[in-house]
Amino acid sequence: MDSVDTLALLLARLQFSFTIGVHILFPSFTIGLASYLAVLEGLWLKTGKQVYIRLFKYWIKIFAVVFAMGVVSGIVMSYEFGTNWSVFSDKTGPVLGPLLAYEVLSAFFLEAGFLGIMLFGLNKVGKKLHFMATLMVAIGTFFSAFWILSANSWMQTPAGYSINEVGQFVPENWVEIIFNPSFPYRLVHMVIAAYLTTAFVVGAVAAWHLLRDKTCEGAKVMFSMAMWMAAIVAPIQIFVGDMHGLNTLEHQPAKVAAMEGHFETQKGAPLILFGWPDMEAEETKYAVEIPKLGSLILTHHADGEIVGLKAFPKEDRPNAPIVFWSFRIMVGLGTLMALVGFWSLWLRWRKKLYTASLFHKISLLMGPTGFIAVLAGWTVTEVGRQPYTVYGLLRTSQSVGPVEAPAIATSLAVFAVVYFVVFGFGIYYILRMMGAAPTPGQSPIASDHPIGLDSVMSTQASKEEQ
Amino acid sequence: MFDLPTIWAGLLALAVLIYVILDGFDLGIGILYPALKKGEERSAAMNTVAPVWDGNETWLVLGGGGLLAAFPLAYSVVMSALYVPILAMLFGLIFRGVSFEFRWRDPKHEKIWDLGFFGGSLLATFSQGIVLGAFVQGIQVEGRAYSGGWFDWLTPFSLFTGAALVFGYAFLGAMWLIMKTEGDLRERLYKLSLPLMLIVFVLTGLVSLWTPFLSPEIYERWFKMPTLFYLSPVPVLAALLAWRIYVNLKRRNDYRPFPLALGLFVLSYAGLGISIYPYVVPRAVTVAQAAAPNSSLGFMLIGAVIFLPLILAYTGYSYWVFRGKVKQGEGYH
Repeated sequence: MDSVDTLALLLARLQFSFTIGVHILFPSFTIGLASYLAVLEGLWLKTGKQVYIRLFKYWIKIFAVVFAMGVVSGIVMSYEFGTNWSVFSDKTGPVLGPLLAYEVLSAFFLEAGFLGIMLFGLNKVGKKLHFMATLMVAIGTFFSAFWILSANSWMQTPAGYSINEVGQFVPENWVEIIFNPSFPYRLVHMVIAAYLTTAFVVGAVAAWHLLRDKTCEGAKVMFSMAMWMAAIVAPIQIFVGDMHGLNTLEHQPAKVAAMEGHFETQKGAPLILFGWPDMEAEETKYAVEIPKLGSLILTHHADGEIVGLKAFPKEDRPNAPIVFWSFRIMVGLGTLMALVGFWSLWLRWRKKLYTASLFHKISLLMGPTGFIAVLAGWTVTEVGRQPYTVYGLLRTSQSVGPVEAPAIATSLAVFAVVYFVVFGFGIYYILRMMGAAPTPGQSPIASDHPIGLDSVMSTQASKEEQ
Repeated sequence: MFDLPTIWAGLLALAVLIYVILDGFDLGIGILYPALKKGEERSAAMNTVAPVWDGNETWLVLGGGGLLAAFPLAYSVVMSALYVPILAMLFGLIFRGVSFEFRWRDPKHEKIWDLGFFGGSLLATFSQGIVLGAFVQGIQVEGRAYSGGWFDWLTPFSLFTGAALVFGYAFLGAMWLIMKTEGDLRERLYKLSLPLMLIVFVLTGLVSLWTPFLSPEIYERWFKMPTLFYLSPVPVLAALLAWRIYVNLKRRNDYRPFPLALGLFVLSYAGLGISIYPYVVPRAVTVAQAAAPNSSLGFMLIGAVIFLPLILAYTGYSYWVFRGKVKQGEGYH
């Protein structure tokens, strides 16, 4: 492979990681937020309490902006497989294509079809049908996660295929393909991650408003809901993550070796807390470690054997420092989330949840941690899969298309500029909407959304108050 | 009678046609933006599609995803060959897509997002037209990969189809807005519609005449007897439809021109199909050569049979919920 090809490969990888990295932030938020909106609307229908519909109105505007950004950055993904990874597309299309087609048919259309009614249709269809539309959007986000994670998991742990005479992967057993070995773990881990991401954003927004006004009812309700989520789900996520890790150990031992910073295969391996995995020297330098604990966690035996990176040829190893450190960022943030959850339980018990300013400040800082953890986690699993696109079978260097480096460099530069401008504006608008308090009559941002959800809901609200 | 690859070629052609029709008027509204008055008129125009634009664009994702699934070789060749116009289309779609939300969130910068909506729609449409032209004129393939350069798509023909599609979508958008709006806005579109229609008719005619001369194969298909006899209804029907649109526009019938204009699009599309079949990458790869194995196509067909009727039903429901005229300044009340 000559140097121009290497450059084209590097640029194609950079472009894909940049566009997918930006894209994943939006669904991480909308999967959780769609469910949260369904819960809020359901509570409103059940209890008739105004605070729930007020919160619904508050978050649906944010949802609409995030969703639009998710859609436009997602369309890019569905074409980028072909523009930049055409060999990969040709070879894996018969297996991965139908999974993506099912995602479009069962999820994207469902979301898009009912989004209009969810955003603008309350006065047209009435409360119950509107609630159904909200549910359909929420279910659509889940179906979408199901199919795309199945496709991604198949690339990690391919199953149910054969290879035909032109080198394409050909489906043999769809149940084995869809429910490939790593899929159940990855699906649960990611959906929970999306819920936690949303919970900590909602918690941070609530904390921001509680810091300004401890009596703000909307903020109290949001904060309480977010902290229940953190307290219950963050520990579950740690448990699920552990199971996911054990599954990875079984199917992708090189990835786990990189995550742990182990180069030597050893019995009774230590848990390396920190250090610098040096790929050239084949050792983790400056390691701070706890003896035996690595084996205990991964094999549940103090003397269990753990395979190190040296067991794999150099050209088959993933980039250890990136995997090692991304993994620590994810685990560290996950642990912080669980701690915040436990702290909230204690404060709740002491009846200080809405008055503890220090805790509110910490919750505010925790706001973006879900996104960082999601990016770090995906970096672990995707960089850890390298140097393959289909693990063990198709190398990344043999997946890239014939497009020349200057073309990719140009498009990468345009992507960078367009994404920073467009999504920069989007995030600014979202933050501005979050800055407005969730109290009645507050709408410093332009609330005259085209088809006036606001006015409809406020007329309904005033009718109900009478 | 029909094998799975043929069924999927038909289903994908249908998906792309639905996309062209639905996002066609949707993008057309963006292209027409500079002709509308700032503020309320533009808001009303945008409101006519705000609840449905996302669903309209999903057909494009189905087109891309479906091509990958059913004809992976074609997907990989076409996307590499048309790298530049495909990405340009995506950039255009990004700007116009976010404008639907951003425009309402930031009234102080409404101008920026009006421009984003117009520019994005124009770029996306022009790029789609170029993709269409570059596709029809043929793509160079060696083995299982595209073997041309990254500017092969750029020809007088592809630029011409790009321009034709811009006017085509603008025309469709105008017919849609005549159906969905009232007052000054509708009047403005009535005034625009006749010149627009004339331009569209001339450009479509030129593209139709030009296409057979791109390759002897297409020429044979159209001008050999007895095919000429079977195919002659296509241009005749097109002329008939154009005349009906003209009459209805003259009579100020708000509701007829739009479905008739859709008919015109369907006919042009059918004409393209006749020029292209049986290739899925024109004159390089046939439907049969590019098809995924039957185990892929059969599995997907189950999904298509279950989901497509549901999708059409709830998409129809959504259009029905938001039926009727959108009044200026008061959205959907």
